Amino acid sequence: MNSTVITFPGSNCDRDIDVALKKFGFKNKMIWHDDIELPKSDLVVLPGGFSYGDYLRCGSIASKSKIMKSVIDFAKSGGKVMGICNGFQILVETGLLPGVLLRNKYLEFVCKNVFVKINNKNNSYFKSFKKDILELHIAHNEGNYFCTKEQSKEIADNDQIALYYSDKDGKIDKDNNPNGSLKNIAGIFNKEKNILGMMPHPERMIDPALSGEDGSIFFKNLITDLK
Amino acid sequence: MKVSVVITLKKDVLDPQGKVIHQTLDGMGFSDIKEIRQGKYFEINIKENDKKKSEEKVEDMCKKLLANLVIEDYKIIGSQ
Repeated sequence: MNSTVITFPGSNCDRDIDVALKKFGFKNKMIWHDDIELPKSDLVVLPGGFSYGDYLRCGSIASKSKIMKSVIDFAKSGGKVMGICNGFQILVETGLLPGVLLRNKYLEFVCKNVFVKINNKNNSYFKSFKKDILELHIAHNEGNYFCTKEQSKEIADNDQIALYYSDKDGKIDKDNNPNGSLKNIAGIFNKEKNILGMMPHPERMIDPALSGEDGSIFFKNLITDLK
Repeated sequence: MKVSVVITLKKDVLDPQGKVIHQTLDGMGFSDIKEIRQGKYFEINIKENDKKKSEEKVEDMCKKLLANLVIEDYKIIGSQ
């Protein structure tokens, strides 16, 4: 399985995701944002960080960088593209995913472990998950998912919600919403489910000594399901 | 030609920064504020002398990059 991680100026989770992908068997390549051609990939990952210093709107400048033309073509032809945190912000700015990520409701940078509930397993990202609730890490200032009423109806009709913020038992409510996201949304798919954007960082949960192992399950399943 | 554009959040989009500024001003004694919405202002100096053409180009920039139309509105407020 070949994966590609795109590094933008200001990305800071690119090496973490590189370590995670390699640990679970991906042959990963790092590609600079200014490159034009995407190597042959089964998965492209847009990493977390602060691309272009979050200028204008988070992810907006990165979404126009040279390599993104190839990433958009790849995604539109059915290629698997995953955006984590800033990567999610970049994906919504390209228009590949609906909605936007606004500043957190309480104007705080949120950095903590949260529980997320998988909403849809009928896709290559969560197909083999036995459990429904994962403990993952979030660290962001703009993770407050928002979309128009029409988009909200469309993502519900097409079952595009991937993850909800919840408590450890899967309860989805205001008390378990760290940033004010609409409907507690933590991650969404495009209509075809080949593109996933999510605020939580699975790459930070791949070592029991450091954190937890729910990220390990995610990457183990991913490499199996992409085959 | 210099084109000025203001970008503001749409009416139904939460603007927590505007709210905090409102509360702070309120605490300072400016008690008659109804609402504050924070926005962005751009001055674009463009190599084009025709007003209409300049504004059309800036409008295209707003649609493609400067504003995210899911949450923001843009308004060209002047050209000189």
